[in-house]
Amino acid sequence: MQNIKNDLFHFELGADGIGILTIDQVNNPTNLFSLEFIGEFIKVAQQAVEDDTVKGVIITSGRTMFMPGADLRELKSMSKNLEQQLNGALKMHQQFRAIETVGKPFVAAINGTAMGGGLELCLVCHHRIVLNSTKIKLGFPESKVGLLPGGGGTVKSPYLMGIQNALIYLLQGKEVRPQQALKDGLINDLAENQEELIAKSKAWILANPTPIQPWDNKKHRMPGGGFWTPNGLQTIMGSVGNVSKMTHGNYPAQKYILQVVHDGLQIPIDRALEVEARFFIKLVGSREAKNMIRTGFMGMQAAKKGKARPKDQPKYEIKKLGILGAGMMGAGIAYVSAKAGMDVILKDISIENAEKGKAYSRKILDKAIAKGRSTEEKAVALLSKIETTADVSKMAGCDLVIEAVFEDPNLKDKVTKETEAVLDPTKIYASNTSTIPITLLAKSSARPENFIGIHFFSPVDKMPLVEIIVGERTSKKAIAAAVDYTVAIGKIPIVVNDSRGFFTSRCFGTFVNEGMFLLEEGVPAAMIENIARKKGMPVGPLAVHDEVTLTLSAHVIESDPRPKSPSTIRSYKMVKDLIENHGRTSKKDGKGFYDYPAGEKKKLWKGLSEKYNSNMDALDQETVANRIMHRQALESFRCLEEGVLNSVMDGDIGSVLGWGFPIYTGGALSYIDFVGIKQFVADCDLFREKYGERWMVSDKLRSMAENGSSIHDFS
Amino acid sequence: MEAYIYDAIRTVRGKGNKKGALIGITPTELATQTLIALKEKHNLDTTQVEDVILGCVGQVKDQAANIAKTAAQHSNYGDHLCGVTLNRFCGSGLEAINQAAAYVKSGFRELIVAGGVESMSRVKMGADGGGMFMDPSIAIPGNIVPQGISADLIASKYGYSRNDVDQFAYTSQMRAVAAEKDNRFKSRIAIKDIDGFKVLDKDENVRSSTTVESLGTLKPSFAMMGAMAGFDAVAIDRYPEVETIEHVHHAGNSSAIVDGAAIALVGSKAAGEAIGLKPKFKIRAAAIHGTDPTIMLTGIGPASLKALTQAGMKPSDIDLFEINEAFAAVVIKAMSDIGVDHSKVNVNGGAIAMGHPLGATGCMLTGTLMDELERRNLSTGLVTLCIGGGMGIATIIERVG
Repeated sequence: MQNIKNDLFHFELGADGIGILTIDQVNNPTNLFSLEFIGEFIKVAQQAVEDDTVKGVIITSGRTMFMPGADLRELKSMSKNLEQQLNGALKMHQQFRAIETVGKPFVAAINGTAMGGGLELCLVCHHRIVLNSTKIKLGFPESKVGLLPGGGGTVKSPYLMGIQNALIYLLQGKEVRPQQALKDGLINDLAENQEELIAKSKAWILANPTPIQPWDNKKHRMPGGGFWTPNGLQTIMGSVGNVSKMTHGNYPAQKYILQVVHDGLQIPIDRALEVEARFFIKLVGSREAKNMIRTGFMGMQAAKKGKARPKDQPKYEIKKLGILGAGMMGAGIAYVSAKAGMDVILKDISIENAEKGKAYSRKILDKAIAKGRSTEEKAVALLSKIETTADVSKMAGCDLVIEAVFEDPNLKDKVTKETEAVLDPTKIYASNTSTIPITLLAKSSARPENFIGIHFFSPVDKMPLVEIIVGERTSKKAIAAAVDYTVAIGKIPIVVNDSRGFFTSRCFGTFVNEGMFLLEEGVPAAMIENIARKKGMPVGPLAVHDEVTLTLSAHVIESDPRPKSPSTIRSYKMVKDLIENHGRTSKKDGKGFYDYPAGEKKKLWKGLSEKYNSNMDALDQETVANRIMHRQALESFRCLEEGVLNSVMDGDIGSVLGWGFPIYTGGALSYIDFVGIKQFVADCDLFREKYGERWMVSDKLRSMAENGSSIHDFS
Repeated sequence: MEAYIYDAIRTVRGKGNKKGALIGITPTELATQTLIALKEKHNLDTTQVEDVILGCVGQVKDQAANIAKTAAQHSNYGDHLCGVTLNRFCGSGLEAINQAAAYVKSGFRELIVAGGVESMSRVKMGADGGGMFMDPSIAIPGNIVPQGISADLIASKYGYSRNDVDQFAYTSQMRAVAAEKDNRFKSRIAIKDIDGFKVLDKDENVRSSTTVESLGTLKPSFAMMGAMAGFDAVAIDRYPEVETIEHVHHAGNSSAIVDGAAIALVGSKAAGEAIGLKPKFKIRAAAIHGTDPTIMLTGIGPASLKALTQAGMKPSDIDLFEINEAFAAVVIKAMSDIGVDHSKVNVNGGAIAMGHPLGATGCMLTGTLMDELERRNLSTGLVTLCIGGGMGIATIIERVG
C-alpha cells in the first residue's frame, strides 16, 4: 500500500513490512477521538489488513499527547439523532472488531497522554507500549462528564485488569501514570524513549504475527476471576452498594457503567459491545451528561481561561502580591499565589502572626512531600517567595493587594486607608470579603475605580472558585486585573455585581436557612440532612451551618442595615435562641446542631427532637427535598434577574464550585430546567401559599414558565 | 374441602460450615431420610402420595435440577411420585405446605409431601447469583441491601439496643437448651450415613454456655459491609429519618447457618382414611404480604394479621407462635406488630439457637409448633417467617381430633 498524508495522520510503510501510522491532527489543538478521525483511521487500517505486504501496524502520535480524549463538541449534535448515532456506534464496533480479529498485529506505541477514546483506540490494538514518563496520563475520564467509555473500553477493561480494578478506573475516572497502568494490566510494556518504543513495537509485531485479543481467547483468564465466580459476584454486589452510595441514583453514568460490565461479561464480546453502545447512546442523550458537559467541562474551561475579562483591557501582570491579614484566608491566598510564582508580602499586626500564616504553607508542603507530590527543594523555593511583615509600607511595590482581615467594616476602613497611602495609585486593591458590599467598602478608598472584591473560598488551596465582585465604581481595568490574577493562580473566576452576600454567600444562605425552617416545622434533623445529601448536596444544611458557625450567621444578620424580611427575622430568632438558651454555637465549640465527641463521628444533638417536636410524618420526603433545592435555585434566579449575576453559566459554575450544588443538575440555575420550569414555578407558588413570601416568583420567571422557555433563554 | 397435616418430620440441624457434621451428607440424602422416616414410622402406603413439594433457596450445584423430584426418586416411594421445587427464599418450607394445602383444598390433589431442604455447608448463600442483588438496573433503584443491613436498619429505626437483641438471643438459646434437656423435639430425626451409622442426633449449634455477657463480646457482622460496600448509605437513602445504622447484629443474635431438611404430610380427609391415619392439624389460613426491599424483613406483622383475618381470629386466639428468628430485631419488631408477648413465642427456642436451613425452616417451625401444641394440649398455632426481597408469610394451624 501507498504512504498516506492528510490533516489527521500520516502512514508510512517501511521496508520491513511494518506500517507506522502517526496521528497528527493539524487542525486541532491536540489529537481528538472524533467521528471524522475514526472514519479515516478505519479506512487505512482496512487497507493495511488487506495488503499482504503489511506485516503489522504501529499507531503512534506526532503531537505531545497521544490522544487525550473525544471531541466533546461533537456530542451536542450527536444527541440530536440518537438512533442514527447508535447505528454509527454499532458499525464502528464491527469495523474495529474486524481489524482486531483478522490476525494481523496492531501495536499502540503510546508516546503521550491517552485518555478516553484515545485509550480505547489503543485497546483495539493487540499490544500497548507506553513511554515511561510521569507526564503521560492514561485513564477513562468519561464518567466525570456523565458518559461511559463507548469505544469498547467499558467491556474490554475487565478482561485486562479484572472486574474490581477495571470498575475503579471506569466508575471514578481514575487517571494513572504508565508504571501504574503496567502494574494494573492496562498496558503491556514500557519504553524509555521514542526509539526504544518503536523498536519494541516492531519486535513484538515480528514475534506475534497472528495475535488474538484476550476477549477472544478462550484460554484467557480474567484477573481475579470472571463474573460467575464468588469474587466476581461479590465485586459486582459491592459495587452496586458503592455506586448507590456515591451517586444516590442521581448520576446515570456510574449505574450504566456497572450495568454494561454486569451484562457484558456474561455474553460474547461482539454482543457485549452492542450493549455498551446502547448505554453509551442513552447517556449521550441524558440530561445529566449534557449538564455535566455544559457546566463542568465547557463552562469551567472557558472560565478558567479568563472568559470573564473585559476584552479591551491589556493583560495585567502581577509580579508582587500583598496580603493584609495572615489568618486562615490570607495564609491560603499566600500559598496559592507563591505557588503560581508570585512574590508575596504577607502582613499582619505582628511579625509572629504573619509567620503563623506562612507556616500554613509549610504544613501544606509537608503533606505534599509526604505523599510524594513535592520535594523539599520545591518547598524551600516556594516558601522563599513569601515575605512576612508587620509593616504596611512593604505594600508599596505590590501590583495587587488583597485585604483579608476580619469581617469588620471599621477595621477594613482603617487598613484600606493606610495601605492606599503607600500603594502605587495605578495598582489594584481588593477585599476578600464574603458578605459586605464592595461599594460600601470602596467608600474608604480614594481610588474606588481600583477597588474590587476577590472572594476566595475556604480552604483556599483546595477550593477552585473565586468570586470577583464589581462595585459601583470599579473599573474594567480592575476587573481584568482580578480575572488575570485568578487565572494565573489556576482558579476559576466568576464576575458578579455588588449585592449583600454577592451571589454565593447569599444563595448558600438560603440552603442553610431552609434547613433550619424545616427543623423548626418538626421535620427530624436526620431527615433534613439525609435528604439534602440524597439530592446531591455534599453536606446537610445543619452540618454546614455548624461549620460556618451560628455565631457568624447572627453576626451577618446584625451587620446588615437593610430592613429585615420575615424569613430573616425568623432565622435570626432561631439562631439566637440556640446560641443563648442552649449554648449551641458551632462545630468549633463542639456544640452546634451536632455534638462533636472527641475521636468519634459527630452525632445530631439529642435535644433537637424534643425542642422542635420532631416527627417523621411532619412532611413528606419530596417536599423536604424540593424546599431544600428549589430555594437555592429561586434565590439564584433573583440574582440573575437583579443583575448580580451576568449569565446563567456564572450562576451554574458559582453554585457548583462555591457551595457544592450538584453538577448533575447543571447548577442552581440549570436546576430550574432540570425540574421543568413550569413545575418549578407551580411548586414555588404552592410553597408561597403554605410557607410564605420567600417563595415569591417574579413576573419574569413566571412569564418564562408560561412561554415554556428554557432557563438558558434568559435575557 | 379442608386440608390436614397428618405428620411432620424434621432432621437435626448440623452447622453449615466446613466443620459441620452434615457436610458429607448430600442435600438430596437429607430430604430422602425424612421421606424414608415418614414411610417407616407409619408403614405408609406410598402409592397414595402424589407429589413432593420442597422449598430450596440455593438451587445450584447438588441442590439444582429439581431436588424434590430427585429426592422422590431416591426415596423409593414409587415411579408414580412427582416432585417440584420452589423458592420463596426463607419462606420456602412454609410455602410448600401452603401450596400443598391449596392443592388439597382445590381437589386437584389428595396427598402431598411438603417441606424443604438446604445444605448451607455445601451450597453457600448467594451462590445462585440472581438479578435482585447483582443487576444494577434492579438493585440500585430498589435500594436493595443485604439482609443483615435490613435487620440493623430495623433495630436502628425502632430503637432496639444491642442489649435488647442480645437478651432476646440469650433467651432463645436457653429455651432450646431446656427443650433439648426435656426431650421435647419428638418429631426430630437423627441423620445416619450410608452404612446406617449415626452422624448427628442433636441440633449442633445450640450452646448451653451462652450468656448475655458472652454475646456482648461478639463483633457486629454487618458493620464492614455497611461501610465498605456502601449499604448503610443505601438504606438511609430510603429511610432518611435514621441518622446512622447501628450495627447490633452478630453471629450470636442472628440465625445460625445450618444444614437440614423437613417434611409434612398434607392431605384431604379421604386421603387420611385411605392410608389409615388420623389428621393432627387443620390448616386454617395461609397468607403472604410484601414490604419494600430495603427494610425487607418486616412482612411478618402484616402477613400474620392477614392470616388471622382469613381465619376470623384475633392474636389472642392463638395459643403459641413460631416466628422465625432470622435476626433478633426482626422478631422483636414482629411481636410488637402482632401484639404478642415473648412468653407465647418460640417457647422452645428458635433459629438463633438451632439454625435456619433456608428452604427447610418454614416446615421445621411447623413441626416444632405441632409438637409443642400437642405436648401442652393446646389448640391453635401461628407460624410465620420474614423473607428476602421484602415478603412475609404466615400459616395458622389448629389441632383436630
